[in-house]
Amino acid sequence: MTAATTGTGDLAIRIRAVDKWFGAVHANRAADLEVVRNEINALVGENGAGKSTLMKIVSGLQPPDRGTIEVNGRDVTGWSTAEAIRAGVGMVHQHFMLVPTLSVAENVVLGREPGGRAMFDRAQAIRDVESLVASSGLAVDANRLVADLSVGEAQRVEILKTLYRGARILLLDEPTAVLSPPEVADLWRVLRRVRDQGTTIVLITHKLDEIMAVTDRITVMRQGATVARMVTKESTPEGVARAMVGRDVSLAVQSSAAQVSADTAPALEIRNLTVRGARVARAVNEVSLAVRPGEILGIAGVEGNGQSELLDAIVGFRAAEGGSLRLGGADLTRASVRARADAGLAHIPEDRHHRGLILDYSIAENLILGLQHRFSTGAQLDRAKIRANAEQQVRAFDIRPTDPALAVRGLSGGNQQKVVIARELSREFSVLVAAQPTRGVDVGAIEFIHDALRKARNAGKAILLVSAELREILTLSDRIAVMYGGRIVTEFARADATEEVLGPFMTGARRDGAAA
Amino acid sequence: MTLLLFLSQAIRIAVPYLFAAGGGVLAERAGIVSLSLEGYMLGGAFGAAIGAHVTGSAWAGLAAGVACGALLGSLHALCTIRFRADQIVTGVAINLFVVGITRFFLQLAFDSSSNSPRVAGFGGEGAGAWALAANPLVWLGILTMPVLGVVIYRTTFGLRARAVGEHPAAAESLGIRVSAVRYAAVIGSGALASLGGVYLTLDQHQFTDSMTAGRGFIALAAVIFGRWDPKRAGIACLLFAAAETLQIQLQGAQLIPSQFVAMIPYVLTIVAVAGVVGRSTPPAALGRAAD
Amino acid sequence: MTPERRTALEEALLPPLVALAVALVAGDLLILTYGEAPGAVWRLMLEGTWGNAYGIGQVLYKATALAFTGLAVALTLRVGLFNIGAEGQLAAGGFAAGLVGLALPAGTPMLLAVALCVAGAAVAGGITGAVPGVLRAKFGAHEVIVTIMMNFIVLAVLNYIVSAHLHVPETLHTPSINAGAVPRLADSIAAFHGSAANWTVLIAGATIGAVAWFLFRTRAGFEWRAVGLQPGAAEYGGVQVGRVWRNAMILSGAIAGIGGVNFVLGYKGYYEDGFAGGAGFLGIAVALVGRNHPLGVAIAALFFATLSQGGLAINAMVPKQMVEVLQGIVILAVAASVPEVRALVRAAAGKRRAAEAS
Repeated sequence: MTAATTGTGDLAIRIRAVDKWFGAVHANRAADLEVVRNEINALVGENGAGKSTLMKIVSGLQPPDRGTIEVNGRDVTGWSTAEAIRAGVGMVHQHFMLVPTLSVAENVVLGREPGGRAMFDRAQAIRDVESLVASSGLAVDANRLVADLSVGEAQRVEILKTLYRGARILLLDEPTAVLSPPEVADLWRVLRRVRDQGTTIVLITHKLDEIMAVTDRITVMRQGATVARMVTKESTPEGVARAMVGRDVSLAVQSSAAQVSADTAPALEIRNLTVRGARVARAVNEVSLAVRPGEILGIAGVEGNGQSELLDAIVGFRAAEGGSLRLGGADLTRASVRARADAGLAHIPEDRHHRGLILDYSIAENLILGLQHRFSTGAQLDRAKIRANAEQQVRAFDIRPTDPALAVRGLSGGNQQKVVIARELSREFSVLVAAQPTRGVDVGAIEFIHDALRKARNAGKAILLVSAELREILTLSDRIAVMYGGRIVTEFARADATEEVLGPFMTGARRDGAAA
Repeated sequence: MTLLLFLSQAIRIAVPYLFAAGGGVLAERAGIVSLSLEGYMLGGAFGAAIGAHVTGSAWAGLAAGVACGALLGSLHALCTIRFRADQIVTGVAINLFVVGITRFFLQLAFDSSSNSPRVAGFGGEGAGAWALAANPLVWLGILTMPVLGVVIYRTTFGLRARAVGEHPAAAESLGIRVSAVRYAAVIGSGALASLGGVYLTLDQHQFTDSMTAGRGFIALAAVIFGRWDPKRAGIACLLFAAAETLQIQLQGAQLIPSQFVAMIPYVLTIVAVAGVVGRSTPPAALGRAAD
Repeated sequence: MTPERRTALEEALLPPLVALAVALVAGDLLILTYGEAPGAVWRLMLEGTWGNAYGIGQVLYKATALAFTGLAVALTLRVGLFNIGAEGQLAAGGFAAGLVGLALPAGTPMLLAVALCVAGAAVAGGITGAVPGVLRAKFGAHEVIVTIMMNFIVLAVLNYIVSAHLHVPETLHTPSINAGAVPRLADSIAAFHGSAANWTVLIAGATIGAVAWFLFRTRAGFEWRAVGLQPGAAEYGGVQVGRVWRNAMILSGAIAGIGGVNFVLGYKGYYEDGFAGGAGFLGIAVALVGRNHPLGVAIAALFFATLSQGGLAINAMVPKQMVEVLQGIVILAVAASVPEVRALVRAAAGKRRAAEAS
């Protein structure tokens, strides 16, 4: 451990050798964490590195299986959320923990309501929250219903909740994943302010620019263990990235871009596509793009800028409000999910647990999901054919364990994703839509999956890649488009794209202009 | 037909609905499905008969009936909260269980398969307005929904129950003991709903086999039609009771078959959940066990 | 046996066993409050059911209706819905079977008449199930609420029709059917004499086999189960979830409806108001204890039929209502032990895996 040693006296949090299992998954392996009082400490690592689990343990949501937690020098191992809150530890979850049918004020005071033992003093609650809003700078109307708030406002309510409980230690899990750039800037302003007012902050993130911009110290986790600890001022983005991944990473990624002539007829062509979202009227706003055979078009962007809605509309889960979608020349704008698949659309969904797999189905069954009509004779499933297909795919994609009768629930994330990819690549397809293809997947499987995508590209398939990982986009894409606020704001040839170039577009700081 | 007669008869019919629907609102707002209202009522009715028979006092009957209801609520709570049993199945099972256990003990205690002996009741005899006004349970029934409104919207417990019914994980993360809130709501629901059965027994001065006759489900219909809100559910109870009263008073006229009047609550409820006129949306975490 | 299969079997079989133990203890307590010896009562219950041909016949008769309603409920649970409306569907099916039997001329060939009556029952049950199915698929109306309400509506409508237009005076049943009577088992096997067991039990057996084949061997079954396990992933696999929900409710209603044949064609020869008598609700218990598997449903139907017939057998010693209490307790105990057992079994399996891995 490359530790910057500190005296134990000024530590707000001290975690020693924590282990945590979830079934067969070893989420934390002898993880350590030391957080200095009055600092912003980044807790960084790739998806699945164990950051969130560690924070849940600190906040009392989960007990550790082994190891000790100290807060302000007191051993609090295995405490409850109520005890954690009383001791001034507040957590802002990645998925908001707000009751949509209650007002802002009610959400903030919930669990520590003003009033007597029985009656709830609503007027007092509103006054309390309004004064907290004034002192913290977290602007939000105490009277509004939480269901009506924007994402940024909802997050402010989450932070207000912790401050209302007198939190002196604030744990934030990926707070910027869902925020727009001005909201992110606001958040940093508020966090610096509360730090200066005497609060310790732990910030979970995997975004390097955030780490370098606002934190005082950095703790890096990899595969459940703590692997490095550094002072932000003395570190470089390359150094942090190396610690996160465990090997040298060239942030300027090597490109192996294929050049496809712009004259080639696109395999997938989308024109002026507009899609309604759950919260916004135009989650996808007049998007046009074309993917040609033999190329990978990467869509970069901060999550929540319309990518999911765009994917849903392409695959057929969500109806388009306007615009058109053509696959190999055929208009599929109104076609069903199955008709699109039959027309040659393969799809790696962004959420394999919700969309991609049926966890209680076997590997063999999952390998034919969406292809069931090709694996049956008459009404009946062709079990021999299903089994033969499974054995072949398990070998070809090195899926482990190798017994196709096992339920995919018991597989590791990487092997589950291999099942999805094996199935999609075994279709007869001309266009592959790959969404977050390596999310929650171990490093070995990432390489494997990237190779599989490149092979498909080289075999003349058109691939639309959507990923929140900019490095993945840069590694795989031949062309790169940036999505922001429901629009494609710019597009680059791979050779012209770097993190530095794309960044301002992803954060909405720049629009258009540079389009090649 | 005088208005007073109509009103007093409607209220007489509405009182058990108000108690049971109140119980339903309480439990469902905290996220626990209440298919067992019928069972709570029947249990309360039987408890009241035993209590009043043994002591000769209607008040003791009331206490015994409520105790039975609370006990059944505890059973429901134990299964669904501690053991995370499916709430719908549990509700159906409790209804079956109560029908059986009341029949069994009816046989054991009174050696009858149909009814208990005559027991004490409240207030005067007959169906008149005066007898109605002398019955404290009638006043309690009328007060149920207004009081429940205060409990749910104005007390700390109510705020927490609503939070637990909508988003238990959020409540949990704030240190609220989700299970404790749900236990309180479900046991309270059993006690409150059982008053509906207590009222029936004491009003009719005896317990008869399966005497609640589906009233618990009409109350459930009122809860859903009333969109899980005490005031609206109360109005739904009064509406359903008024329709029944009308049907009884028009019986001689044979305008509409009684079966079709009896259907009104059920049809309205289906219309309400189908969203044809203003969708009826349940608490978000209704039916889901907290992790 | 693979470890996976072992885990799945343990998860399926342990809750009913736990429930049986709980029910035995509860039954002992009830018997003791009545001042009888538990051992003697249990023995009497077994003798009165499986101890002689008449008892077996009665158990088969009762199990037949329960197999249909249990299958109906299990089928909807397999697609992630909960049909609480089997009671009304059963009644509607029985009524339709009776109506068809009444309308057919006497002397219609038996097989044809039975087939027409069964079809009528299936259609009536299917229509009753279609209402919640369509409302769920089109408007997202919760099927539990709609099926509960439908029970009351259907029973009220049938009560109105029978009492106002179609009853034999002084009764609440329709006139006897002209054709379509299903022969009793006793007609061919004398030992069953006096029991209501009839050849509807064969239709039940065939339906169980058909549903098992459908669920586990056909493409549609693959899609239906996918919808029940993960609607999002099924939709992704090209399955139209709403359509599956609608069709499953219709099929479920039809199966429950056919159950009405058992009473109407096989036993009384007419429709009688209230004949369903809770067999629809007990179907929920049958599906639950049978773990939503057709074979499990068959076994559970026999179990609950044994309890119910056993109640009559012990009535001289202990009130038969004891079995109603036990039914409730069995359901509660199974429902309460399912999540617990699943957690324990999965934890144990995880530990075994971890031990093997290290």
